Amino acid sequence: MSGVFSPTRANIKERTLRTDKWWLEPAITFGVLFSFVIYATFRAFEGANYYKDHLISPFYSPCLSEACVPEATIFGWTPVSAQIFNFALSPALIILIFPLGFRMTCYYYRKAYYRAFWLSPPACAVAEPHTKYTGETRAPLILQNAHRWFFYAGLVFNVFLTYDAIISFKSVEGEWGHMSVGTVVLLVSSTLLWFYSLSCHTCRHTIGGRLKHFSAHPVRYKLWTWVSALNHKHQQFAWYSLAGVAFADIYVRQVATGAWTNFYFF
Amino acid sequence: MARKLNLRIWRGDSTDGGLKDVQVDVNEGEVVLDVIHRVQATQMGDLAVRWNCKAGKCGSCSMEINGKPRLACMTQVASFDENETITITPLRAFPIIKDLVADVSFNYKKAMEIPAYEPPKNLAPGEARMEQIDVERSQEFRKCIECFLCQNTCHVIRDHEENKKSFAGPRFFIRIAELDMHPLDILKNRKRTAQEEHGLGMCNITKCCTEVCPEHIRITDNAIIPMKERVVDIKYDPARMFAGLLKREKRN
Repeated sequence: MSGVFSPTRANIKERTLRTDKWWLEPAITFGVLFSFVIYATFRAFEGANYYKDHLISPFYSPCLSEACVPEATIFGWTPVSAQIFNFALSPALIILIFPLGFRMTCYYYRKAYYRAFWLSPPACAVAEPHTKYTGETRAPLILQNAHRWFFYAGLVFNVFLTYDAIISFKSVEGEWGHMSVGTVVLLVSSTLLWFYSLSCHTCRHTIGGRLKHFSAHPVRYKLWTWVSALNHKHQQFAWYSLAGVAFADIYVRQVATGAWTNFYFF
Repeated sequence: MARKLNLRIWRGDSTDGGLKDVQVDVNEGEVVLDVIHRVQATQMGDLAVRWNCKAGKCGSCSMEINGKPRLACMTQVASFDENETITITPLRAFPIIKDLVADVSFNYKKAMEIPAYEPPKNLAPGEARMEQIDVERSQEFRKCIECFLCQNTCHVIRDHEENKKSFAGPRFFIRIAELDMHPLDILKNRKRTAQEEHGLGMCNITKCCTEVCPEHIRITDNAIIPMKERVVDIKYDPARMFAGLLKREKRN
């Protein structure tokens, strides 16, 4: 017997005496994240319906594979073979490790999935079911310390996705100065991703948090206060940006399959 | 006007114990500690409860109220439904002494393991000067009243007794962070010892410490995660390791 049932502790049989709906938040988190994972997996393997008339799905950008639709590539640059070990690889599978890694190692998502998926713990003051716990001290969870590298990669991806949003100001014929619903969708999605990245704890640390002496670095201190203000909302940006990316992909897919028409404002 | 309140209070010691039902008068505006005192005065004269300031500043009356780690003196009875039975137990992460009193000495032992502030050698007492923006960062951590609710709710030790020897807990991570962020502290190895001796790597950021802190210290965001990032700086950041190697190469 360990934990709250240890012989030295108050003899209470219940795992928790909480009377509120403590299970609701992890249940919702589980439902939403699980649905996203299922959808993202399906889309990553689909390998089609990711480009239509200057709209590219964020799941497939940057499109680096030889299998990419030529219009979806960056100036025709396709450094990755379409097949690896005779296995046809969807262009999304080549790149998704980076945004996936960024979210998997994110300090907010760690809280969310440790609670919702691993029940470690399911909620505060609710005994977890595991008999042993070593936290993030050994493999594989020690890899959470790679968050910084995924953060840098995430910034590069944000540049690509912002470029995609700018490209969507083209008409179907390729003329600049037009705007469609798809443009708004990609703009909102990429903006939310910037907010998510810039509010990140690693960003806060890199920009100034690692300093010992704020008064000796007034500019970095000022930047740190701005990022700290964003950091308060990191959880919200994590969810909004996830929803933004998912919706952008759904929108592009629907337009690409012909199910929806991309309406142009001008 | 007084009304009746139903309570379940844990009574016992390290040999045995259980929840006892009791009904007690409660007046408007009272907190849980008030009704515990009334129970003690009228029905359970030998009920053990630790308390002191009744103002949320001494951190003595930490207990679990309806399963949530809270200060009894800061928990309004009116925050519960009138017909609700309120369950009161001692802190469940620490050994029980008697009734609502747990043995929190674990925390004092851990406190002694954290090296104290080390000022620069050339500064005489009274000569140290800091600017306000440097002070502000650690002032948040100095609000800690040592109620140990964060320690109590942290699953690393609450659910795993065996981790107590290798894990200092959130209260002491804010102490380490405060010192590591202190511009005048010269002790160099706080990051490394935080990870290797005080168990920072065992924290999995589930933020329960922040949720229960009565002083609303953002323990996870402002102390634990910044310390984890500082550990990444010295242990897991290949770019910085490479830069460090280059520097050493130059010096040689």
